[in-house]
Amino acid sequence: MAKKNESLGKTLFVVVALCLVCAIIVSGAAVGLKPMQQKNAALDMQRNVLDAAGLLEPSTDVVALFNERVETKLINLDTLELVEQANGQNATNYDPIAAANKPDWSTKLEKSEDKAGIGTREDVTKVYFINNDQGELETLVLYIRGYGLWGTMYGLISLQPDLNTVRSVNFYEHSETPGLGGEIQNPKWVAQWSGKEIYGDSNEQVEFDVMKNPTQENHDVDALSGATLTSNGVDNLVEYWFSDKAYGPLLEKIRKGELSNG
Amino acid sequence: MASSAKEMKEVLFGPIFANNPIALQILGICSALAVTSKMENTVVMCIALTLVTAFSNLFISLIRNHIPSSVRIIVQMTIIASLVIVVDQVLRAYAYSIAKELSVFVGLIITNCIVMGRAEAFAMKSSPGLSFLDGIGNGLGYSVVLLFVGFIRELFGSGSLFGYQILSLASEGGWYQPVGLLILPPSAFFIIGGFIWILRTFRPEQVEPKD
Repeated sequence: MAKKNESLGKTLFVVVALCLVCAIIVSGAAVGLKPMQQKNAALDMQRNVLDAAGLLEPSTDVVALFNERVETKLINLDTLELVEQANGQNATNYDPIAAANKPDWSTKLEKSEDKAGIGTREDVTKVYFINNDQGELETLVLYIRGYGLWGTMYGLISLQPDLNTVRSVNFYEHSETPGLGGEIQNPKWVAQWSGKEIYGDSNEQVEFDVMKNPTQENHDVDALSGATLTSNGVDNLVEYWFSDKAYGPLLEKIRKGELSNG
Repeated sequence: MASSAKEMKEVLFGPIFANNPIALQILGICSALAVTSKMENTVVMCIALTLVTAFSNLFISLIRNHIPSSVRIIVQMTIIASLVIVVDQVLRAYAYSIAKELSVFVGLIITNCIVMGRAEAFAMKSSPGLSFLDGIGNGLGYSVVLLFVGFIRELFGSGSLFGYQILSLASEGGWYQPVGLLILPPSAFFIIGGFIWILRTFRPEQVEPKD
């Protein structure tokens, strides 16, 4: 018996048969569960958006609220035009963060302009417009991300209709130190962001800062104690994303009343 | 039949205290450090590891007489890896938020020494039924330690259990100042050390002889 097991033929047979069986089981599970997983991922993102917009209550029916209130649009950051599709995907399926990793759909950033430490910026971004009952813009939700202490922090920031005042922010994915930098998810710290103005008077210069002992009450958020590098990362990423290299021109255009109804 | 019932009981419950894979054999420490900051994640990880150990033991035992010894480790790894992928996919489909937090550690069950160790040491020479029970037993042994660590870390590190606030935190106007160290993975070393100390106080036979 033992002798027979060691023969070349038997060894090959066992290995090939095992691989076949395992491959069928693994691919069966992957394919069979995929729709469910995609639904979960989409639901998770919708929840993040509503949370960033300050609309998420524990009892909220995420899907219903999202479909009712939120309008998702794709906008090319270079031409500032609305696009129907990007990367072969429509507004619902498009993932700007995945696109940022594809050379054809992103722009490589020079070291000097890459304040957020993200390397590449997607050409087409996804913007969530949330309208009030009269159909006027109530909240605009934008993707932001940047390097913290241990890795990239992914977030969504929501702005009031003046596109300058922050409504809320939600860093939904990060790898900062629990209890220190991880406090960027702490609701008490996030609450500080509400009402802060990103730009100065002329809507050009980013005045928003995350700093110890804030100097400008209407622009600055108190840094997290014990998490200087995380706080600097957040400061830098806001400065980058709201500069004229990223969302600056887009916000200017929406402020003029374009793009919002279409 | 009586002796086999006794044997089954020993295989199933032995690993919990008498032959605990973490406390006595010091296996599977890395995931014990990583996933125990919250009870919810801990429970899911325990269930995942118990299922993988049990089923990998079962399948390996079923084909143990046909595994050529020259490729036996690879065969075991293939079976374990397939099971882990299935578990990971199921978690992503049905417990998405937990799967996101556990992320890489579910994948790392593949390299968990407990799974490999039981496959090689037990399943390769025992009947399928017993091997399955051995997998469950070792999974329970792992779970006991992880739940103990997770309980202490979440209660004293974040003041909550399963996400429900129990001790009101000083940062939110309460009285309890959480122990920051407990949120970080190295704290699990101290707690596992403490667990082993308590266990060996009651079971002195587990203390290693002096060199």
